[in-house]
Order: sequence, then structure tokens, then C-alpha cells
Amino acid sequence: MKFGVITFPGSNCDHDAIFATQSCLGEDVVNLWHKDTQIPNDIDCIVLPGGFSYGDYLRCGAIARFSPIMKSVVDFANRGGLVIGICNGFQILTEAQLLPGVLLRNTNMQFICKDVWLTVENTNTPFTNLIEKNTVLRIPIAHGEGNYFADADTIKRLEDNNQVVFRYANPQGEVTDEANPNGSINNIAGIINEKGNVLGMMPHPERYSDKILGCDDGLVIFKSIVNYINSK
Amino acid sequence: MKKFKSEIKITLREGILDVQGKTVENALHSMGIPEIAHVRIGRFVTTEISAETQEQAFEIIDKACRQLIANPIIEDYFIELKEI
Repeated sequence: MKFGVITFPGSNCDHDAIFATQSCLGEDVVNLWHKDTQIPNDIDCIVLPGGFSYGDYLRCGAIARFSPIMKSVVDFANRGGLVIGICNGFQILTEAQLLPGVLLRNTNMQFICKDVWLTVENTNTPFTNLIEKNTVLRIPIAHGEGNYFADADTIKRLEDNNQVVFRYANPQGEVTDEANPNGSINNIAGIINEKGNVLGMMPHPERYSDKILGCDDGLVIFKSIVNYINSK
Repeated sequence: MKKFKSEIKITLREGILDVQGKTVENALHSMGIPEIAHVRIGRFVTTEISAETQEQAFEIIDKACRQLIANPIIEDYFIELKEI
């Protein structure tokens, strides 16, 4: 299968995403530039990487959303193509309205860079199909605006439809207030769209994609994508 | 074609926790000014707009606010417009 990793001005996790998919999994990867207007036909999954696109000017992800390539990303997603947005990529997906809600400033006002533990709430998605139920993943976060917010109706819809994919938890997998690093409603760390082909998550699975990096808990997400595409 | 100047005030909607405002409020209280409460912090944007009429200028800037300058999920915006 083939991944497409988009680089915006200010992206800084694009090479980590390429490393995770190309070096760790041996899959084909194309690096796409924000000024490209077309997504090549043979791409199976688009990765919107982390970073500070356009210096986080105005609001995180607000300017990137109007990058020339984003029109193609929206079309690609609407046709059912897989899109994963990590950290700033998640923020871009909400600004582009491919995912509901918004990422607000962390409640403690600080940029938080540390490992967190995630429960996997839905293992029946293209991004989590190889994860066993009740697995707790250890994945790092690095963000100042990761406090997921949406109005009460939207949250109810997300919960009812099983669209919350990851929640912040303690290492035992208990979803507690203490384990919530940034104030996100219901400890939400990652959500999927209604159709199930667009995932946004604040934690960085690509940073924990090889044991040499200290942990490879994140790799299973990319492996799940490959598994989903190859078994289609 | 006329020219207009817009002044846009963007604030977080009521009910959405403004952590920046809260932090400033706490600092004000530490400074010894407990009288100040409910601090909210927003953004202020000015633009110039070329349009035939004030109504047209308003339409242009209102669309810009809805789509980019503000995020209506969490923010309110107020536009003031005058001809220059």
C-alpha cells in the first residue's frame, strides 16, 4: 500500500511519519507538499503530520486548512480514502470540518510533552483493527492546544456512535480525571468521523514506532491501516 | 469602488473556559486586585475592504469571519465597519 504524508510550512513530524511507515513497516510513502493540488491516484492513506503549520497563526490549523492540497484531501476523504491527522493534523481536520469539535488551549496553559496512556475504545476501525480489546497504549503527547471541546449534542453523538477511539487513561487503563492531561471532555484523545475513514488524535504514534525510540506502541496503528488496505 | 475599514472583535463564547483569562485573573488577585473578576481575553483584527456599498463590504467581511477569522464553534465576533 502507499501512504501520502503532507508537509505544510511548519510541519515537524512529517519525517517521523515517513520513518514509521517506510522504515518500520516497509511500505511505500510519498511526501506531498502543501502547494500540490492533486493527490496521486495510488495513495491509500493520507497522513497530516504534527507540527506548527503556518506558525499556529490565528488558530492552530486554521491557515493550513486553506492550503491548496486541502481541497484534494477533503475530496479524498469524501470518496472514502483513509486520512489520519496527528496532533496539528487533528487540529487541521477539525478546522477543515472533516471532524467535529475543536482543540482548545490546555487547561493548565502549558505546552505538555510527555508519555500518556490511552485506552482503545473502538477496535473496529481501519486504524485500530489489529489492537486487542482492553489494550492500553503508551504514546507521547506534545501540544499546547489539545483540549478537545465540542457542544453537548456533538459529544453525545460521538459517544453514541462509538466515534471516540482513544481516551487518556492511567497505565492500568482507568479513565480518570488525573490521567487527563489537557482538560479534554470525557478524556477524549482521538475521534473518528461518522463514516469511519478519518481519524484525528493528539498523541503521536509515529514517535513510538520503533523499540530503539523507547517504545513501539504506536506502530500498531500504522500496521492496522496496512492490514485494512491489504485485506480490502 | 469605495474603501471601508473593519474592526473585528473576537471573543471566546460564554460558557467556554478561557484558561488564558483565568490565569490573568488569578495573577490580578495575587497582585492584590480582588475586585476584578470574569477576565476574558480575545483578539482584535482590523482590515481594509474595497466594495461598492457598506452592505457589500459587510457581506465580504462577515463571510471572511465565518470561514477563517473566527471559529464559530467556540468564538463570537463583532464587526464594526466605516467608510474611509
